This record gives sequence, C-alpha cells and structure tokens, in this order.
Amino acid sequence: MPVSTVSAAEFSSALLKPDEAAPRGIVGPDGDISPKRFNVYRNNVVVSLSEALAQTFPAVQNLLGDEYFQALARAFVTVHPPQSPVLLWYGADFPAFLEAFPPLAGYPYLADVARLEWAWLQAYHTADCGPLDPSVVVAIAPEQLGAARFEPHPASALIVSEFPILDLVRQNRFEKNDTVSVDLKQPQQVLVTRPELDVKMTFVQHSNAVFMDLLLKGRTLQEAAEASAAADPEFSLSGALSDCFSSGAFKDIIVQ
Amino acid sequence: MNTLRDGGYLPSGGNSRAILERTLKTTSPERPRPAADVPARAGAGLKSEHIETVLNTSADVGFFEVHAENYMGDGGRPHRQLEAMRDRYPLSLHGVGLSIGGEGTLDKAHLARLAALNKRYAPGLFSEHLAWSTHDTVYYNDLLPVPYDTESLNRVCDHIDEVQDVVGRQMLLENPSTYIAFEQSSMSELDFLKQVVARTGCGLLLDVNNVYVSAINHESCPRDYLNEFPMEAVGEIHLGGHAPDTDDHGRPLLIDAHDREVDDAVWSLYAFAIERAGAVPTLIEWDNDVPSWPVLLEEVEAADRLMQRTLSASYKEAM
Repeated sequence: MPVSTVSAAEFSSALLKPDEAAPRGIVGPDGDISPKRFNVYRNNVVVSLSEALAQTFPAVQNLLGDEYFQALARAFVTVHPPQSPVLLWYGADFPAFLEAFPPLAGYPYLADVARLEWAWLQAYHTADCGPLDPSVVVAIAPEQLGAARFEPHPASALIVSEFPILDLVRQNRFEKNDTVSVDLKQPQQVLVTRPELDVKMTFVQHSNAVFMDLLLKGRTLQEAAEASAAADPEFSLSGALSDCFSSGAFKDIIVQ
Repeated sequence: MNTLRDGGYLPSGGNSRAILERTLKTTSPERPRPAADVPARAGAGLKSEHIETVLNTSADVGFFEVHAENYMGDGGRPHRQLEAMRDRYPLSLHGVGLSIGGEGTLDKAHLARLAALNKRYAPGLFSEHLAWSTHDTVYYNDLLPVPYDTESLNRVCDHIDEVQDVVGRQMLLENPSTYIAFEQSSMSELDFLKQVVARTGCGLLLDVNNVYVSAINHESCPRDYLNEFPMEAVGEIHLGGHAPDTDDHGRPLLIDAHDREVDDAVWSLYAFAIERAGAVPTLIEWDNDVPSWPVLLEEVEAADRLMQRTLSASYKEAM
C-alpha cells in the first residue's frame, strides 16, 4: 500500500473540525488509523485556548457558568483562532462575538463586561509609564491652558456602557466574596488606568466621561470643556480634571 | 534507590570511567555545557501564584524556568516579578510558541521578541520544542508532531540556524511527547535529533516524561531510547506528570498533561538518564492544576535527592 503523506495544512484543518476523520497517514503503533489519538490534539487545542479565554474573561465566565462558557469558548475558538503565539493578546474579538451570539441576545451586558475585562488586561501588560504630575499643569500659564492637549497614558481606556459593568466585574471577579449589589438598569462609565503596577477601574460621571473621551481623542481642553458643558449644564471642569489626574489617565500635557 | 546499580544498567568496563569523569567534572571537553549560570540541580517551573512565597521564604531551589510567551507584554507586574526572581535565582527561558517544526517560515516578530527577552534577562538556558504550533498565521497552542523525514529535517535545521543566529546563542531543542506517528516518517526520532544536533550545533533538552509517554504510546522501550540518546548534547532535563488514558483499541495512551506528580516509572527513568548523562539541571514542570508551593518544592527536592543518590552510586560503581 502506498504511504500517505500528511501536510501541515491537512493536519491543522482537521484540528478545528471535530466531525471530520483524521487525515490518512496518521497512525498508531500497529500502523492503524487511530481517531482517538488524533483527538488528543484536537482536544488540547480547544481546551487550552478556552482556558486562555477564561483567564482573560473570568467575570464573563462566572456570569455564564463554567459549562456554558466552555461551549461558548469552543464556538469562538473555532471561528477566531489566535493569530499570534502570544496568548496575552488573544480574545480582542471576543466582546463582539458575544454581542452577535444569538442565544445570548437576552444578556446584552455581557459584551461590555468583556470589553472592560479586555481593557483591564491591556492595562495590566502595557509599558511602564508614570502618570502626568498635576503640578506640571498648575505651572502652565492660564491663557495657554485652553489650547492644551493631553497625551493619554498607554494604559488608559474609557468604557462607556448602558449597563453597570463596573459592578458586574467587581461582583463576578474582584470581589466575589463580598456582596456587591448590581442594578441592571444603571449605566456605568469606567475609566481603566494603571498609574503604577495595579490596574485601577474608576467609575466616572457621564459628563466627565464625555470630557475624558474627548481629551483621550486628542481634543483641546477648551473644546472638551465646552462640549461637556453643552451636554450637561451641571458639568464641573475642576471636578472632571481632578478625576483625570487622580486616576492617572494622561502621561503628558502638550502646550502649543 | 539503588535499583540502578542492582539493575545492571551501567555500561561495563571503560565506559564507567567516562561516566565518572562526566560526573565529577563540572566542565568536560566533550560536553560543553550551555548552562553558564544554571547549576546542575533541580529547579521549578515558575507560576505567578508562587512568586511571593518563593521570594519571602528564599526557597532553596537551583533555578526557575519561565515560558517566554508569558513575558511578552510590554511592562507591568509580570516583568517586575521576573526581574525580582532574576536577581535571586538563575533563570531558564523556555519558548512554547515558535513553531520550529512548522512548514512555513518562522514568525520574525516572534523571534525578535524571544531575542529581546534573552537580552533583557540573560537566562542561563534557552530552549524550544521539536514541534509545530502555527500554520498559515493560525496559532494552535499545542505542540503538534513533526514527521521524521528528510524534508522536515532540513526545515527544522534551517529554523534552528535562524534562531541561533538571531538570538545569538545556542538553543536547546526538546524531544516531544507524541500520540500518533506518520506513515511518511523515514527515520527514528533519535536519528532525527542526532542529525539536528550535528548540523546545527544546538543542544538538547531531554524531557524524560516525554520519553516515557511516547514510548508507551508507540509501544517501544524507553530505556532503549535513553541508551541511544546523545547525552553529550543534553543541557537540561524536564520531568513532569502525565495522565493515563486508552486509545480506540483499549491500549494505554498517556497524555503529557503536566497536571500532577512525576510518575514512579518516570523517576526511575530519570535516574537511568542521570547515570548516563551526569549531573544536569532538572526542571519539574507542573502547569495545570498547579499545587501549592510546598507540594511543588517537594518534587524539586525529590529530583535533587535522586540526582545526588544516583551520581554517588555511579561513583562507587566506577571505583
């Protein structure tokens, strides 16, 4: 009988298709075809990648339960396998996948919970960088401040949600042993920063979130303040600035 | 455990002297050890949950090994912790995702990250696997098997040459645990490894658990394999736990799970390997269902004790 040659393309394509037969040419000790042996590799791939997702999205896992999360992760892994051997970076597409997964349509907060966990992970691994020293801002001439722009700290991310994502992440990840009350009708805006080694998640008022979002996008202080005040007459510039500095959202101020 | 002497595994006559010399000399001309600063003692795979205890208790461990891919973020706590460990312990850097056995070219960006980590932490040992994990940009996160034919031999050698050029040092290549074989293979795993060493000048990482797992899975003899293994190229040994299963015909199928203690059969093979290789840095791998630090430390100490007992037994035998 002629020898069957197995290419990496055939081998890898069969890995993510559990219903297909193992490629011909893959054998056990007697030279026989051995589906269960090939399935060890299939299982390793799916289980290890699902575990990587569980490590990145533990609050989502806790909300769904282990069994459901496993099944969901399996579905995700098959459609979005990693494109890099660095699994710290695996799962960027998971929030959008959750959002578009029909069986979970009744749980619309899951995608934003995942977005917050993804931002937490990025902040955790980002380059070391000290936050902007507020005294630098104080030293700037008042007439120059309006045109000033802020350079975001590499860890900063603002996640704006219609759902109480900070409380959900606390309840299902960081404060699992405490009683965190969650009101699913309450929208929450969360600023993620990492001024030192610890990742901080800070709740910010809606108008302050509008302000921060504009600053993070590179708008001037004046533009951001005007837009925020227009959106909310109660907007307080000093309160918003204080939120920005105490959380370490920026690393530098750029004066024209 | 004196089974090694009693079992008569030692080669007879003049070979005993060679073993004795390898055992007593820290450096020998026929055995250039790439492990500049990793001692010939037992070490542990580093798990982040153990770091605080390890540092607070100044654990007496020969070295720690890390998976390179876990330290490829830009900064933050992982690097801070690794720097603290590097200050106190010799380090071994173990890549798990380079896909040296892959059909395509090596991922240049990944190779550059490995080189950067080598530069930053100057680990005493640097290793990767005889396996592939990436095909056509998709990373499968498993150590997939390589057919042992001329085509893959040429590819693996080219890839190792490239790694050693870019990283600027010798690498150790780890023998795999496998669950299947390829009809197209035209040489044995040992012949494949020997040719890789001869052509690239890389060293070998002898994973004794993998030897056992593959031998059981392919119904061959692990001691025959170790008898023929090119020990002069070995710069490090791995030990770990495996999970028992069965294949479609009810034959034993062992899974390289790293989720439990080292099996008795693997300890006994380890002594057999040490007897032939001399003192070698030896790592306990425990990556899943990670135990508390004292449990892992016990395994490390057991490896140290067995290495010492085996070597002193070899020494007495040689006299």
